[in-house]
Amino acid sequence: MHIETLIWLIPLPPVLAFAMIVLFAHRSNRLSHFLAIGSMLISWGLAMVVFGNAVTTKDLGHHPFQVSIPWLPMGETAFRIGVMIDPLSAVTLFFVAWTCLAIFVYSIGYHNFGKPRDPGDRPGLPPHAGGIEPMYARFFAFISLFAFGMLTLVLSDNLLLLFIGWEIMGLCSYLLIGFWYGKPSARDAMVKAFMTTRVGDVFMLLGLAYLYSATGTLSYREILFNEHVLSALAATPSVIPVLSTAGMIGLLLFIGTVGKSAQWPLHVWLPDAMEGPTPVSAMIHAAAMVSAGVYLIVRFFPLITAGWHEGGALTPTMTVIAFIGAFTALFAATIALAQNDIKRVLAYSTISQLGYMVAAVGIGAFVAAAFHLITHAFFKALLFLGSGSVIHGVEHGARETGEHLDPNDMMNMGGLRKKMPITFWTFLIGGFALSGFPLITAGFWSKDEILADAFAHGHWAVFLTLALAALLTAFYTMRQIALTFLGEPRTEAAKHAHESVWTMTLPLVVLAVFAVGAGWAGIPEHFPVIGGLLPNWMHEFVSGSLLEHPEALEFNPVPLLVSVAVALGGLTLGWLAYRRVPAGGEDPLKRPLGPVHTVLKNKYYFDEFYAAVFVRPAYWLAETFTYRWLDRGVIDGFLHWVGRTALRVGSFLRNYVDLPIVNGAGDAVGEGVKRSGRIIRVIQTGRVQEYLIIGVVFAGVLISYLLLLRP
Amino acid sequence: MIPLSWFLIFAALLFCVGLYGALARRNAIAILMAIELMLNAVNINLVAFWRYLGPEAVSGQAFALVVFAVAASEAAVGLALMISIYRRRHTVAVEEIDMMKW
Repeated sequence: MHIETLIWLIPLPPVLAFAMIVLFAHRSNRLSHFLAIGSMLISWGLAMVVFGNAVTTKDLGHHPFQVSIPWLPMGETAFRIGVMIDPLSAVTLFFVAWTCLAIFVYSIGYHNFGKPRDPGDRPGLPPHAGGIEPMYARFFAFISLFAFGMLTLVLSDNLLLLFIGWEIMGLCSYLLIGFWYGKPSARDAMVKAFMTTRVGDVFMLLGLAYLYSATGTLSYREILFNEHVLSALAATPSVIPVLSTAGMIGLLLFIGTVGKSAQWPLHVWLPDAMEGPTPVSAMIHAAAMVSAGVYLIVRFFPLITAGWHEGGALTPTMTVIAFIGAFTALFAATIALAQNDIKRVLAYSTISQLGYMVAAVGIGAFVAAAFHLITHAFFKALLFLGSGSVIHGVEHGARETGEHLDPNDMMNMGGLRKKMPITFWTFLIGGFALSGFPLITAGFWSKDEILADAFAHGHWAVFLTLALAALLTAFYTMRQIALTFLGEPRTEAAKHAHESVWTMTLPLVVLAVFAVGAGWAGIPEHFPVIGGLLPNWMHEFVSGSLLEHPEALEFNPVPLLVSVAVALGGLTLGWLAYRRVPAGGEDPLKRPLGPVHTVLKNKYYFDEFYAAVFVRPAYWLAETFTYRWLDRGVIDGFLHWVGRTALRVGSFLRNYVDLPIVNGAGDAVGEGVKRSGRIIRVIQTGRVQEYLIIGVVFAGVLISYLLLLRP
Repeated sequence: MIPLSWFLIFAALLFCVGLYGALARRNAIAILMAIELMLNAVNINLVAFWRYLGPEAVSGQAFALVVFAVAASEAAVGLALMISIYRRRHTVAVEEIDMMKW
């Protein structure tokens, strides 16, 4: 079979599974998850075959696997849709397939498959006593559809198909955040996520339209692998004087990324999205969907950087991207310091890490961004699934002891390392990868590459911001690990927690392997001692997606030392501060930071700010302006006026035309006939002799006339 | 020979008697009888004209015979009507038989 045929087939099994679950299998939980996981397994297998083929193909960047069909005829030409595997989509496909499969399997255990359904559970609310999730089949249908969206996005060979996958994921995100729609917070979160990402999507659609009108095509190869198109786009000024057309389109597409990847200022939806079930948080809000945003700008790297030469000054678009990315990385990291919800900490760390990748694209570090995208997907999926396992354990403990507590609150945990060893060790690996623990973890290699790139090209502001963010990252990660797993249990529930079932721990172990191993693919060649032992495959392979190969960086000890120092320093500080927080004790950061801590805990009051600036005016606009003034006042008023006028005209016509003239004439005829009949009828007496007399008289008159008067 | 005008005068008188009877009598039977008088006046005219103006043809006699037949059937129908009216209303006075009006 041709490799292109296999690529076509990759996204199809999940969507078929979705349809089959929704239409036929939803009554059977076992059949539903069998379908979903079976289809994902097929997709995963195909993806691995394709990936293996891609890796072994020489010069894949110049000769990608590509096939397309005309889809929407547009006059002379046609929109073509198709699939393409070039180095970038190959590695993205790799991590998407693995994380999706891990999360599918994990969901079985997470939703308590095999336990009887609790009669007290209602659809739309989380199972409260460890019974199976009431909407088990529905969950698998949704994540199957989601996997379809993500695979479509990755395999697409043009921006339009990417956008379709992008929006399918937006829908699934909405559905899955609000999976427990019985909770008001989940309902609010689903709407918030959808609305916020919509802001970005509108701009992205504008960028798409602009790109199409400027080039007449949306295919990656025709735009991004074509020097003439790129230089023409870079040379033409756009509607905004400072930006070239390429820069303008890049900026619009980047705003799509800002929404999807939750970058400041559209970051507010991601932490609230933690209302969904944990596998969803892992899948959508760590591994796949938010990665799609970064994938977009990494994919459009040649367009975004059109007009920029390696080592030269950044274009305005790149400056904006670098600024937003670096700022978000630091900004989200500071918020994560003060959060107590285990999933919210991870959500903010996700925002922060995505900021790293965005900043990397902004400073022109293509390979580093792609590399961090992959390693982050693995270790963040691992961390989220680990946190879900922890929450499950604590919930179990709380049921045994009968305590009522928030199972997400890290202050209610502690000492779980003995109760949940597999979760602990895998979480530790994930956490160390996130902090960039030197040498052994994947996060170190990818983060180090971003820092090294920023340093080597002299982007000092970006370098310092990211280094500071890395310090904070290591600190809050250690805080999280210490509060959750180290010390002594702070509640009875934590004392009675226990390890999760194998369907949950197995994915953790698999992802932990990648959280360590994924980094070895990208060890710089000139790294001391271990550099060159393994080829820097990531750089060689992924940079093939670009027209001109970026130079591998010269080794420089400064960023390396900084990176090691911040990682170890952050971890040590975190361990010192949080290793034993007593039960009921307050956060050790609270006193030294003072009011700053309150600000951080409240996320810089961004939610309140947006509520005041956007949400409430929008409500006002809808309620007072649109509804009361415009709709009730102007439109209804006009309609009422029209109605009243018509009524008046009608009554005029009735009173002055219809009644007197038309009815009058009709009545007059009838009345006249009646009246004349009444007059004439007196001669009809019914007496034969009177008639006879009349007849005789007339006959006499007639005869007299005929005889006497006729001439 | 008796001149034709005598027959005609006689017939006119007879007709006037009949007409008067038809117009003035209250009894319906009497009116029927008066009508018979008028019909017979006509018959006299018919026969007289035939005898004096065209004796070679028989049209006058034929007309007279038709009138007889009509008069007989008229008398039969009229009397039947009268009997029926009398059974219902116990009267044969024509001014009381005035249902056929508005």
